[in-house]
Amino acid sequence: MKQLALVIDLNVCVGCHACVTSCKEWNTSGTAGSMSDFNPYEEDPTGNFFNRVQTFEIGTYPNTETVHFPKSCLHCEEPPCVPVCPTGASYKREEDGIVLVDYDKCIGCKYCSWACPYGARELDEEQKVMKKCTLCVDRIYDESLPEAERKPSCVLACPTSARLFGDVKDPDSSISETIRENGGYQLMPEWGTKPANHYLPRRKTKVTIHEDELTRVDNPLNKERQLPMPDDDEQTLDDVMSW
Amino acid sequence: MHPAFSVIFLTTLIGAGQGLFLALYTGQLYSVFNLVPGQDSHTFYGYGSLLALIFLGMGLFASFFHLGHPERAWRSAAKWRTSWLSREVIVLPSFMAMTFIYGVTHFTGYNPVLFTISDVFVVNLTLLVGFLATGLAFLLFLCTGMIYACIKFLQEWATPLTVINYTLLGLASGFTLATVFASYAGIQLASFYAGWAIIITVIATITRAASLLRNSRIKPKSTMTSAIGIRHTKIQQKSRGFMAGSFNTREYFHNMSATGFKSIKWIFPILTFVLPVIILSSGMASNSFAIYLFAFVVQYAGLIAERWFFFAQANHPQNLYYQTI
Repeated sequence: MKQLALVIDLNVCVGCHACVTSCKEWNTSGTAGSMSDFNPYEEDPTGNFFNRVQTFEIGTYPNTETVHFPKSCLHCEEPPCVPVCPTGASYKREEDGIVLVDYDKCIGCKYCSWACPYGARELDEEQKVMKKCTLCVDRIYDESLPEAERKPSCVLACPTSARLFGDVKDPDSSISETIRENGGYQLMPEWGTKPANHYLPRRKTKVTIHEDELTRVDNPLNKERQLPMPDDDEQTLDDVMSW
Repeated sequence: MHPAFSVIFLTTLIGAGQGLFLALYTGQLYSVFNLVPGQDSHTFYGYGSLLALIFLGMGLFASFFHLGHPERAWRSAAKWRTSWLSREVIVLPSFMAMTFIYGVTHFTGYNPVLFTISDVFVVNLTLLVGFLATGLAFLLFLCTGMIYACIKFLQEWATPLTVINYTLLGLASGFTLATVFASYAGIQLASFYAGWAIIITVIATITRAASLLRNSRIKPKSTMTSAIGIRHTKIQQKSRGFMAGSFNTREYFHNMSATGFKSIKWIFPILTFVLPVIILSSGMASNSFAIYLFAFVVQYAGLIAERWFFFAQANHPQNLYYQTI
C-alpha cells in the first residue's frame, strides 16, 4: 500500500507563486494538458490552474501574522469525488493512491466538483472535461529524467523547499517522519476524506535569555585580563573599529 | 451553488412527468375498486401517458445541456454501484420505457387478464405494467433526491427532506397537470385530481417549510480554522491567489444580490404552494380548463424558482477559500 502525497510547510512558504506557475507550465505541456486559458491578455481573463497560493491574515492588527497557503488536490485516501462519478472517469490509482481523471471517459457533468469540499477540481472549458492535480504522474515515473527530478514540478520549483514529496504510508519515508515530528495535519478532517497531503503548522521561534546568561561566567579573561576591569560604559573594540 | 438551468428544468420536468403518470395510475386503481368511474383507455390513459412521456423527454433533453460531452452520456450508466447519478441515468429511461408500454397497452386496448386474486381482484396487463412503472417512478424520485442528499458537506442538502421534497413537489405538479389534462379531455376526474393536487401541495408546503427552517439553523461544520488548519478565532483571507475569475468562483456562487436571493425565498412558496391551492380550489368550483391550466403554469413557474433557491441556498465549503480577491 503506497500513497504518494505532498507535505506543505506553512512555516517556510513565502507566497512567491513559483509552484503555481511551474505547475501550469508543466501540465499545460504535459499529458494533462493543455490547460486552457480564455482572454489571457484582456479584460476578465480565466483559465485552469491545479495549484494556487492564497494568503490569510491571522489575528488582529497589530498582532497579525500572514500565512501563505498553497492549495491543490489533496489526493484523499477516501476521495468523495470518486464514488459519485457516474462513468468511472474519476478514479484513485491502487498502486500509488493518486486520484486522476480519465479524460476519454469524463462526460463533464461536474458532479465530482460538487462532491469535493476543497474545490480542487475544475472544468476545462475547452476540452469540456474535469481536470485536477495529477501529482505530475507523467513526470515522477519518467526514467528519462535524472532521479532527483522525478518529483512534481511544484516541488522542484519551490525556492524555500516548503513542498516535500513522498509516500505517506511508508513510516520510514522522510515525509512521514516530518509529519510525525512537526505536527503535520490534514485539511477539513470533519468530512472523513482523509487527505493524503499534509500541512505543517507555523512554528514560533523564540529564544529566552536570562539575565545571568548575558555575561560569560567562565570567561578566561576573568583571570588573564589586565586589572583593573574597564567600566561597562567604556569604549570597546566594536565601538572604535568599523568592520 | 450556482443554479444551472439545465438541472432545474431536468428535475422539475421529470418530476411533473412522474407525478402525472402516478396520477393516471391512481385514477386507474380507483376505478378498479369502483371508487371513480372507469375511463376510456384509449383517450385518457393512452394520451395521458404520451403527455407524461413528453415531459420526461423534455427533462431528459434539458439534462444533456448540463454535460460537457453529451455524446458520451451512455457511459454514465457504468458506476451504478456507487453513484446516485448513474442510478438515475438507468432508472429514468427504464421508467420512460415502462410508461411507454403502459400507454401503448392502454392505447391499443391489448389488456389480457393475467390472473385473479381470491377470485375478486382481477389483475390485467395494464395494471401490472402500471404497478411496475409506479415502483420505477418512486425509485426515480429517490435517485434524483439522493444525488443531492448524499453529498454530506452540502449541509443544506444532506437530509432526508431533500428526497421527500423532490417526491412531493413532483407529485404535486404532476397531479395538477393531471387535473389540466382530465379537464381538457372532458373527463369527470378533473375535480378528483384537483382535490389530490391540493392535498399533496399542502403536505409539500409543510415538508418544504421544514427544510427551510432546518437550513436556516444550520451551523457550518467547516470553518476557516478547519479549512486551513490554523487554530485562531480571527482568520481573514487577504488574497485568493488570483484576480481573474475561475471555475471555483463561478460554479459555487449564485451571484445574486442578497435582496434578490431573499425575494426568491418569498416568491417561490407563494407561486408553488399558496397560489396553486387557491387557483385549484376556484377551478374545482367552476370546473374551468383555463383556470386549471393557469394553476399548473403558476405552480411550474414556482417550481423553477424553488429549484433555483434549492441550489443557491447550498453553501459549499470550498467557498471558504474564495472570499476575497
